[in-house]
Amino acid sequence: MTEPLAPPPRKDPQKRTVSPTLPPMARSRAALGLTAAAAEGRFALQVCADCGAVQYPPRDACAACLSPDLVWRDQPPGGRLLAETTIRVSPQLYFRERMPWRIGTVALDAGPVVTAHLHGDVVRAARVRMTARLDRAGQGVLVALPAAETDTGTGTGNGTGNNTGTGTGTPHMEDDPLMRSLTCDPKHRRVLITDGRNANTPALIAALRAAGAAAVYVGMAEAWRGAPVLEAEILPLDLTDSASLARMAGEYGGKTDILINNARHLRPGGVMGGNPVFAREALEVSALGLMRLAQAFGPGMAARSADGTNAAAAWVNILSAHALIPDPAMGGFCAAQAAALSLSRSLRAEFRATGLRVMHVFVGPTEDDWHQPLPPPKLTPNALARDLVQGLRDGLEEVWSGDVAKDIRERYAASPKVLERELTGGGA
Amino acid sequence: MTPRAPMPYDGVVATAPVSVPYQRYSQKTAHWWIAAALRLVLRDAGLAKTALDGLTVSSFTLFPDTAVGLTQHLGLCPRWLDHIPMGGASGVVALRRAARAVQAGDARIVACVAGDTNQIESFRSLLSSFSRFAIDASTPYGYGGPNASFALLTDRYMAEFGATREDFGRICVAQRANALRNPGAVMKRPLTMAEYLAARPVSDPLALFDCVMPCAGAEAFLVMRAEEAARLGLPAARIAATIERHNAHAEDPIQLRGGWTVDRDTLWEAADCAPGDVDLVQTYDDYPVISVMQIEDLGFCAKGEGPDFLRGRDLTIAGDFPHNTSGGQLSAGQAGAAGGFIGLVEALRQVTGTAGPTQVEGARRALVSGFGMINYDRGVCSSAAVLEAA
Amino acid sequence: MSALTPLLAGLATGAVRVVDLTHSLDPDFPVIILPPEFGQCARFRMEEVSAYDHRGPGWKWHNISMNEHTGTHFDAPSHWISGRDVPHGAVDEIAPEAFIGPVCVIDCSDETDPDFLLEPAHIAEWEAAQGTIPAGAWVLMRTDWSKRQGAAYLNMAEDGPHSPGPSAAAIETLLARDIRGFGTETVGTDAGQGAHLTPPYPAHYLLHGAGKLGLQCLSGLDQLPPTGAVLIAPPLKIKGGTGSPLRVLALVEDA
Repeated sequence: MTEPLAPPPRKDPQKRTVSPTLPPMARSRAALGLTAAAAEGRFALQVCADCGAVQYPPRDACAACLSPDLVWRDQPPGGRLLAETTIRVSPQLYFRERMPWRIGTVALDAGPVVTAHLHGDVVRAARVRMTARLDRAGQGVLVALPAAETDTGTGTGNGTGNNTGTGTGTPHMEDDPLMRSLTCDPKHRRVLITDGRNANTPALIAALRAAGAAAVYVGMAEAWRGAPVLEAEILPLDLTDSASLARMAGEYGGKTDILINNARHLRPGGVMGGNPVFAREALEVSALGLMRLAQAFGPGMAARSADGTNAAAAWVNILSAHALIPDPAMGGFCAAQAAALSLSRSLRAEFRATGLRVMHVFVGPTEDDWHQPLPPPKLTPNALARDLVQGLRDGLEEVWSGDVAKDIRERYAASPKVLERELTGGGA
Repeated sequence: MTPRAPMPYDGVVATAPVSVPYQRYSQKTAHWWIAAALRLVLRDAGLAKTALDGLTVSSFTLFPDTAVGLTQHLGLCPRWLDHIPMGGASGVVALRRAARAVQAGDARIVACVAGDTNQIESFRSLLSSFSRFAIDASTPYGYGGPNASFALLTDRYMAEFGATREDFGRICVAQRANALRNPGAVMKRPLTMAEYLAARPVSDPLALFDCVMPCAGAEAFLVMRAEEAARLGLPAARIAATIERHNAHAEDPIQLRGGWTVDRDTLWEAADCAPGDVDLVQTYDDYPVISVMQIEDLGFCAKGEGPDFLRGRDLTIAGDFPHNTSGGQLSAGQAGAAGGFIGLVEALRQVTGTAGPTQVEGARRALVSGFGMINYDRGVCSSAAVLEAA
Repeated sequence: MSALTPLLAGLATGAVRVVDLTHSLDPDFPVIILPPEFGQCARFRMEEVSAYDHRGPGWKWHNISMNEHTGTHFDAPSHWISGRDVPHGAVDEIAPEAFIGPVCVIDCSDETDPDFLLEPAHIAEWEAAQGTIPAGAWVLMRTDWSKRQGAAYLNMAEDGPHSPGPSAAAIETLLARDIRGFGTETVGTDAGQGAHLTPPYPAHYLLHGAGKLGLQCLSGLDQLPPTGAVLIAPPLKIKGGTGSPLRVLALVEDA
């Protein structure tokens, strides 16, 4: 059974901070399909569209019928461990630093036999529950988790991601060194939430505390306006003010393990009828603000991505799902969200070499002042906070929180053009 | 439909086995090692470079060159050329390709050569780019290389058939005894069963002496018509039979048998003998479990009975089941693709009576087996040959 | 002798002091808050362009952005709907002579009610002591509000900000004196609750309708005498601008 993780001691100021190393980064183009699935927490494998054969490792033509038409589909996660080894010698620095490392051969209920990382609680010849996770290189890997012997593993992932990995398990299984290396669990980590004025902040604070966060800091812009009372340490922080970011990064950049950027500026209004002043402010907060925030806090977090139990782990941007495709009634806001998404993806690439994860939490309409005139469904702060924390625990890159965000993701994946027409009238 | 029996290799022989002494690390290149082997094989055969009109090359560290680049690099002008990237199966595959070329008159004298260097960084870079499946589905999992893959096979084999570490240790200890008689072997110290069992674990259940030591080296031999060998005064070996097979038993969840099971009847029929008729066996021994698998799959005993079969036998040069008489890769070292030649080259010495200190008395017939390329979770290529004194 | 010579001599000897009535432009300085569905006054922002580094090795400079009404600032008549048709009502159109004039300071700093309103009675009381406010005077309402920090400055409650300012009648009184303009230490020329007066925002509405000028977010009014000083308040020459951040200076002759 996994030993519960102890809170880390304070940092020894005489010791050099451990430099981050990464597991092998290279993958074929086909194998990136596993990365795409893992980014959303889905366990998917290639399936032949012609003969249905499930394939692994990823390839370019069906090994059963030579069809080139292979598609990634969610698979039942069950399997059985056929063989295992504990690797004690590796020429690769990342694994050398983490020896011994346990892997195994798993016969999947879905058919293929795979090499997978083994959770410490998986015992010889046991039934396992397979997941696809992102490793520190940000690439998809297969991970076998403990499963009850009765778990026949007939269920499948839910297609639209965030197959959150709850279910059968063992006590403290999230504390296994393998899981800590793959996920961004808030336990024992210090979290900065950038915008204390967002309606979702109290729920985020509560969820992070419940998840064992060691500290929660909350940024507050324009303290002269008065501020809501929050159960967190309040830091004067304004994404539109570089000086405030530089000041706070100087003080807290070295102890921010997870940064949650929930700042946004939402005002209704399209293009011809929208107010460029609002759009500009939206861009100042969501796009340029993200860039300023990254310049202030990014370097410190990137330098601490291998710093022990509370190593810097994740940068979270909460974004509207309309970053993908606009709701024309909020054209300016959506443009800022699209810009933020674009910058966030660039930031993700810049963090890649450090292993620091950038997670997007996409939301539809949220339960707040600006969506008050909209009918439900609307995402409650509690639901958002729950999905966000679970996303960190699963080490995801893309979280679709709530029905509307999931719906937009699916429809966008199916056809951006059809979705555009449906969002702009013309869908019956 | 039963496949037609292969044509015999009438009139074709293999000769002039040479080994360039291995080194643990080398700053030289694969080109240098291959050139050294070719120089040696031509010297032994008393041939000029221009006499070679056929060439096969096997190497992992020749990149970015292949056999083609090597012809210009070494100033060779063959009319028949093959690059054989089959790792541990390369030796036998080179032999059977070359033999058919000579038999058909496409070439007169073919040099089959394998060589690799071992620079400090080259093993890591070889692992990281070994194959696409390895890049996608092996190296990200602990980067254990073949050690981890064979650890999984060994783990499964032990669980399935009740084999013990002592069973594998017996192979390693016997090969070390053989290696002590081979002046070219990298390993120079005796190995006891106690030392084997107490060795540092590498990837459970594998420990230090289950794993080959990567090194630099080269091996070569020539293929020509029997009368050509006689004219040159070279002791030569007859090629009684050969087989190769790739990606056999893909449906097996984990590799407990290799492609030999598909083709062994063809092999023994063509060679017109039975497993019990050979005087020595050279298996591909990157890990002892693979040697056990070959002994089973080539018909010496039933599947899973390998450990029991070996328990009753002496595997040393003077024993009743001489096996990997030069020490094999486990004790002589694994010089990359040359590891796919080491058993064949030693078998040629044995049946031509030129093995010197490792000579098995009265050796007339040898079985050589090859196994190669852990593309993902298992070795894909298998090969075998029966060689006889000409 | 030049008319300026004694002034220069006074400046040189210190007999004439230059008093700075300006807050630093600072990202943290409050601005007026309107209901969020309205357009908002931009806060002062400063982005470094280079600082003797790879972005510009030998020099340091910033891009700055703000509203016309950010920080210590000037209100032109065209700022308010009542002044929209005032001739030469934009900052670049106002004759430069309008920016310099005598200044009368009405001290209300003893008042403790944050919603204190300056009434005609207070003006009458001041005039009784100091004489009638001359035509063309700047009139500044001293409250020492500029000494407040942070949230105390806007003094925001659920019903809006609470800070002192003039009543409509007080402005009517000042207009009757044909003043040049009116200035305060608070975020606007009107009281925090000025929206609830009649007319709403009487200082803005009445002053600008009459073509008069406004100054707000002033500081250091405690350094000025009730009368006798000269105020210099030229805004940036923004084409069609309704106001401008500016440096407000007073020349004070020590008695």
